[in-house]
Formats: sequence, structure tokens, C-alpha cells
Amino acid sequence: MRIRLEKRLTPSRFMLVATPVASVLLTMALGAVIFELLGFDGPDAIYQTFITPIVAPYKWVDVLTKAAPLIIIALGLSLGNQAKIWNIGAEGQYVIGALAGAGVAFAMPQAAPGFVAVPAMIVAGIIGGMAWAAIPALLKTRFRVSEVLSTLMLVYVAMQVLNYLIGGPWKDPNGHNFPQTPPFSATQSLPNVIPGTVVPPGFVVAIALTLVFWVLASRSVYGFSVRTVGAAPSAARYGGFDAARTVWSTLMISGGMAGLAGILEAMSQLGQINLGFPSGYGFTAIIVSFLGRLHPVGVFLAGLILAVTYVGGQVAQTAVHVPEATAGIFQATMLFLILASDILVRYRLRLVRAAPRAATAGAPA
Amino acid sequence: MKVGAPPRLELVGVSKSFPGVRANDSVNLRVKPGEIHALLGENGAGKSTLVKMIYGILAPDEGQIVFDGAPTRISNPRAARRLGIGMVFQHFSLFEAMTVLENIALGLDARLSQRDLLAEFHRVLDAYRLKLDPRRIVSTLSVGERQRIEIVRALLLNPRLLIMDEPTSVLTPQEVEQLFETLRRLAASGCSILYISHKLHEIVALCDTATILRGGKVVGTADPKRENPRSMAEMMIGASLKEIAKPAERSFGPPKLETLDLSLPKPTEFGVALKGVTLCVRAGEIFGVAGVAGNGQNELLSALSGETPSAAESVILLGEGVGRLSVTERRELGLCAVPEERNGHAAVGEFSLTDNASLTGRNRMDFVSFGLINSGKATSYAAEVIGAFTVKATGPGALAGSLSGGNLQKFIMGREILQQPAALVVCQPTWGVDAGAAAAIHQAIVDLAARGSAVLVISQDLDELLTLSDTIAVINLGALSKPMTVGEVSIEEIGLLMGGVHGDPAGTAQMTEQLHAHPA
Repeated sequence: MRIRLEKRLTPSRFMLVATPVASVLLTMALGAVIFELLGFDGPDAIYQTFITPIVAPYKWVDVLTKAAPLIIIALGLSLGNQAKIWNIGAEGQYVIGALAGAGVAFAMPQAAPGFVAVPAMIVAGIIGGMAWAAIPALLKTRFRVSEVLSTLMLVYVAMQVLNYLIGGPWKDPNGHNFPQTPPFSATQSLPNVIPGTVVPPGFVVAIALTLVFWVLASRSVYGFSVRTVGAAPSAARYGGFDAARTVWSTLMISGGMAGLAGILEAMSQLGQINLGFPSGYGFTAIIVSFLGRLHPVGVFLAGLILAVTYVGGQVAQTAVHVPEATAGIFQATMLFLILASDILVRYRLRLVRAAPRAATAGAPA
Repeated sequence: MKVGAPPRLELVGVSKSFPGVRANDSVNLRVKPGEIHALLGENGAGKSTLVKMIYGILAPDEGQIVFDGAPTRISNPRAARRLGIGMVFQHFSLFEAMTVLENIALGLDARLSQRDLLAEFHRVLDAYRLKLDPRRIVSTLSVGERQRIEIVRALLLNPRLLIMDEPTSVLTPQEVEQLFETLRRLAASGCSILYISHKLHEIVALCDTATILRGGKVVGTADPKRENPRSMAEMMIGASLKEIAKPAERSFGPPKLETLDLSLPKPTEFGVALKGVTLCVRAGEIFGVAGVAGNGQNELLSALSGETPSAAESVILLGEGVGRLSVTERRELGLCAVPEERNGHAAVGEFSLTDNASLTGRNRMDFVSFGLINSGKATSYAAEVIGAFTVKATGPGALAGSLSGGNLQKFIMGREILQQPAALVVCQPTWGVDAGAAAAIHQAIVDLAARGSAVLVISQDLDELLTLSDTIAVINLGALSKPMTVGEVSIEEIGLLMGGVHGDPAGTAQMTEQLHAHPA
């Protein structure tokens, strides 16, 4: 007996949905075994990481707060990924977006009313993210520089920009010499949650954008052009879709989304920008995008799951005393499993007897 | 031939299956020593699978391969070559930037010194009276010369059986005649040849015996010298041949699609520049462009479809210069095109037929409003194409990649034709398509022209062009010959234009200089 991979005539829709679910479940099972072997209470670690944030209402705000930026960024990334344009530098665009919004806040009079300040900062955040993504777009369309490299490397440049600004020109004069900006004024901020609910304002934006991207991806000519460029570049050219324009538009959209997530996070959760601002959402959103199968609704659900692992990782740290890296390990395991299980969408596993004669059994004539 | 000598190759009950298809079903075949044996069948009949098993690329599921009377198991191509089986593939595997001799050395199992190899090389050239300069760089050679490299490579092993897979599809008529002489000489020296083709007149001219495959099974064996091509064709397709109904008296309207001194630089290093192409296709006319592969056919199609922009007045549609317009703008004005490559160019394999209908039909067929695609309209258009062109598919939701070549080509042609284009440009409309689908596509092209469209057909299949076209011109090295009226021009004349001065003997010196100037 041996196992053979056999190409499916058509990709399996069942597997397309089943493999992400299986990846999450398998991550939990693997995690339990690993932590048990490391001397922790494995099942409890899994329970605290994956279940507590869902069953404990006081954790819901945390989950939705973490989910909002993940979903917003991953929606943008998914569009580019469909065109096989890999923006893995959303973390940098997230940082630059927040800095651009903060710059606008510091430049405007403190007394500017909220209905001016808030939209101005959000627009600046989007433009900041776009501008950072424009560099890889230009490099790719002009000089054929791989966007995988350029977007990733620009993350580190963005970090240096952040360090420079909050330690130098934008340093808070009343900040006891901590590297951080002054706090945004009341009219420049958004509340942590919409009053009377557990819903952060960013999560409302995430829901709205999920719907927008759903229509864009599945119904619009633009979404169709992006899918075509990704699936068959020659066919896209023949169908009248321009590859360079797709590089630009997908990078602008994913950069803009990352910038939007950045400024929303700064305005509603932190109220300023400090050294701890880059928290890895831009990288985790890559996992969200693939776990959600690049589909806006899938991305929405995957964003919630990854947010659960963030919050649950902290719960498990205090309850089971697992290390800080726990959430990251689970997230990485999930990404490996989802990428590995992709093969089941296009291939089926089949048990065959060793003799080649058996290969004909069951194949329709 | 000695009576009682075992056949060179005998297949007994050989079968091979792939998921969803039985490619070969209990095939029996017998090739005598020194015989030129044709393997005849449509695309998808199982010819390639069969020879891949003989050459050790695939393993049979069932059955026995007997070589020179001894049952054998051929586990890989190297084992096949050790037995004395050589193969020349339809698609060559040559390094363009290397010389002829370097390419041959790379393809040999044995390690020979440069001098021994050169001596062997000249021995083969002399024995079969082939002409080939060992120092030329491959990219400067014509297709016929490149094929000769592959043949020499096979002959260096002193093969006892040579398999030729569709060898003439890229050759001019004159090159075909040269190839046949070589093969006859080879057979006279005792080497058996298994000759794969679907071109009947070649088989009549060359082969001693023909085994006909259909749907993976042997449906007959014939003596091509006695059989007539028509009866073999009907055995091959399993039905009677349909004649194309073409109105005898045809008159043409005003020019619809023209090019005027259309010139474009090479798109890539090994692409072809277009040089002053001028042509005119009138309403109701079918204009054929003949030529050997790689002479600018794809570049011409891209320039007409809009994938490559050119000077505004170099492409003229309905009297208007459209050279600067995009693909989409040209389609809206009524210029539709079908490129040569079905998978990944004319259609996206992993998309449904509905999405493939949207790929080119979305604007002309009015699927789009406010930037959104009306999937209902796209689906019903895809269904209309499927119905009108009898495409075998499970429905508009079927993935394009799940269709057979012929059915996908019918869908693509139907998708363009039902858009009622003012001008249609098609490249290789029946490449790799079974005879039934080819006849349907030819009829659809004739009918479209009869309704007043201008049709430009670019093809390497001269028979196809002579059947379809009213006017024919030859493209060679990116330049187009003067148009000629079909019926007044001979195949020999067209063949000479196709050959032209192909290949560039001076190119090697120049390339060598460049390589030395810019060491890689």
C-alpha cells in the first residue's frame, strides 16, 4: 500500500472551505501535544487560548479591538494576493499611515473641531499607507524589482522613521523623556468603544469594508481583472486588463487599508504614537488573508480567529504560565497548515496497492 | 526482408489510464525491421501516450512490449536508448544560445571527447547526406535545421527504431521533402521508423503501413499505398467527412481591416520584429496568412488585437486608425481576435465558462453597468455559445480547463463570432483540434464572412488556408508577401515564400562577438 496524489478534474469546493477549518482544529491538537511535552497543561493551554476569549464576555472588547486592524489590512492584502502581487510590508504601511495621520493632527490647531480633525487624520492615514506602498509599485513597474523584497525591506525603514520622529522632532515635551508623541487632543481621538457597546469604532469600519470588498471582488469588473491578472497574465492582456495598472492599484489599495488600520488604532486605542505601536498586525494579516482563502467573508472570520489567539495567548500566559511566544507559535502553525493543506484542493489522496496494475482500478473509461 | 525475422517492435494488449480517461486500451502493434510505420489518429486518440510508453517516459498499466523478439520492460528513456530506440519530439529541447555541437553533446548519455564527437557527427551527416554546421548557434537556425539537430542526436546512437512525433508541423513543403528523403534512406539501412501524424497525404507519400487509433483503441491497419486518404480519414474520425459549404460566387465589400506599413520592434530577445506589413481584408473576405511557426504570426496577432500598440494609422478598422487604441476600445469598435494559445491566453483554465465569456464579451455583449458585471447576462451568453457551437461541457459553470482542446476552441471561437465582429483575426483556429470540431470551426468562419465580416486567418496549416481563404499571403521573418488569389497560386510558390532566406548563417559570428563582449 502506498499513498498517491492524484490531480482532481476540478478543484474541490468542499476542500476550499474544509481545509481552513481543519487547519485551526489541527493547530489546537498539535498545540496541546507540544505544550504537554514541554511540561505545561496542554489541554488547558488550548482552552485558555482558543475558548476563553469566546466564552468570557469581558474579553470580547479585546477580541474585536484586535480583529479590526487584522481584518482591514487583510482585506486589502487579499485583493493583491489574488493578482499574485505579494505585499508583505503592510506593517510598514500601517506605521507610516499612523505617522501621516499624527503629522496632520500636530499641524492643525488643537481647537479644530472633531468633524474636521477626524476625517483629515483618517484621509492622511490612508494616503500615508498608499505613499509607502507606492515605492514598491514604482520599483516593480519601472525596474521589475520583486515587491516581496521591497515591501518587506521598507518595513524596517518605516520603523526607523518612527524611531526618529518620536525620539526627535515629534517627541512629547511633557513625556519624561520617553520616546513618544504628545497625546492627540479630544477632538482628534475616537473612543475605545462605541459608547454603550463592546464594539470598537474600527470594527464597524471592518464590517463595512468587508461588504465593500465582497462586492468589489466578486461582482465588479475591477475584481475580475485582478483575478485574471493573477490566474493568467497573457489572458488578462488579451482581455484588456493592464498588468502594470493592476500592480499599482492593488498596492495602493492594500497600502491604503494598512494606513487606515494604523491611524484608527492610533486614534482610538493609544491616543498617541509610541515605541510599542508596531505590534505585528501587518504580518499577522498575511495569515488572516490566506486562512480566509482571500475571500472577504473568509477574511472577516479568520480575523476574528486570529484575534482570539492574540487575546487567548495573553490569558494562557497568566493562567497556565505558557511563554509569551505562544500566540505567535499558534499563528505560525496555522499558516503552515493552511498552506500545506492547499494541495488537497487540487489533488486527492488515494491509497493504491504497490503493483502498477491497480492504477486502473476505479478510473472511469 | 527475411521471412521469419521477429518484428522490431511488438505491442501486445498495452493499456494506460489517467484519471478520467483510458488513453490506451489493449493496443496491439507490430513494426517490422526497416519499415516506416505510421501511427495515425486525431488529437487525443492516444498516439502520444503510446509512444511515451515505448520510449520509457510512461509505464504501461497492462500489456507487454516486445523488442526484437524479447519481452522488455522499458523503465526510462535512457533504457530505451540503450535498446536502440530513438525519439524526435514535436517540441525541441535545445539551448538557443549554444552551438549545434554543444547541444548534441549535452543530449548524449555517453561522454565523448570533442574530437570523437565531431568525427561521429560528420559520419552521420555523410551517411544520411544531411547538412548542418556544428559551430552554428541554435538561435540563428531555421526550424528545419533545429529539427535536424534532434535527428542527428538520435542517429548518433545508431537506432534500430526511430520515433518521429508530428515532425512536419513546423516545416515548409520543401523541408518536408528533404526530411522524407532522410527517413527513406534510414529505413533502407534497416532502421524501423514509427511515424506519428494526422496528415494523410504525408502518410501516403512516406509510409509502408498505417495503424489507426481512435479513442485509445486500434481501429484498423491499412496499406497507405492502396487505401485512399478519404477512407483512412473516415477510419480515423469514425464518421464520414463533412465538406465545407462555401458559396461559389463571392463578392467583397469595402475594406474593413487594413494594416499600412505596420512595423514593430522585437518584443523579446527571441521574438520577431514586424517589417512593414501591409494588408487589406474586405467585407466578406477570408484572408489567409501562411508561414512557418515563429515568423511573426503571434506578433502580428498582438498588433491587431491591441495587445501591442503601434502607430495610429498602421492598423485601420472601418477606415479609422486604431493602432493606438487599447484591446477594449478596439473590441468595442468591432475588432475581435483569437490568439493561438488556448490555455492561459485565449481562455483562463481555472475560470468558469461564464467568466471566460466575460473576459472578452463583457462590453460588446453589454454585461457591465456601473462597473459591476451582471453575472446573469454573462451566464446566459456562455450558455448561448455552448448551444450554438455544440460545445461539450456540463454548463456555463464548467471550468474552461476541464474541456477538451477541441471543445474549448469551439467555445472561444463561438464567444468571438457571436459578438458579430466587423473584423475577426484568428491564429491557428484548429491547432490540436479533432476533425469534427475543426470542420465546425471552419464552417463558422465561412459563415461569419458570408454575413459580411472581414476575417484574417493566420495558420501554419497550408491545407487549412487553401480550403478556407479567398486571398493568401505568406509571412516570413516578420515581412508579409504580396497577397495572392487562392486558386491561381501553386503550393510550390507558397512554399518558396515560406522558406525565404530563413535562418541567418552570419548570425553566429555576430552572436559570438556579443557573447564575448558581455561575458555572462
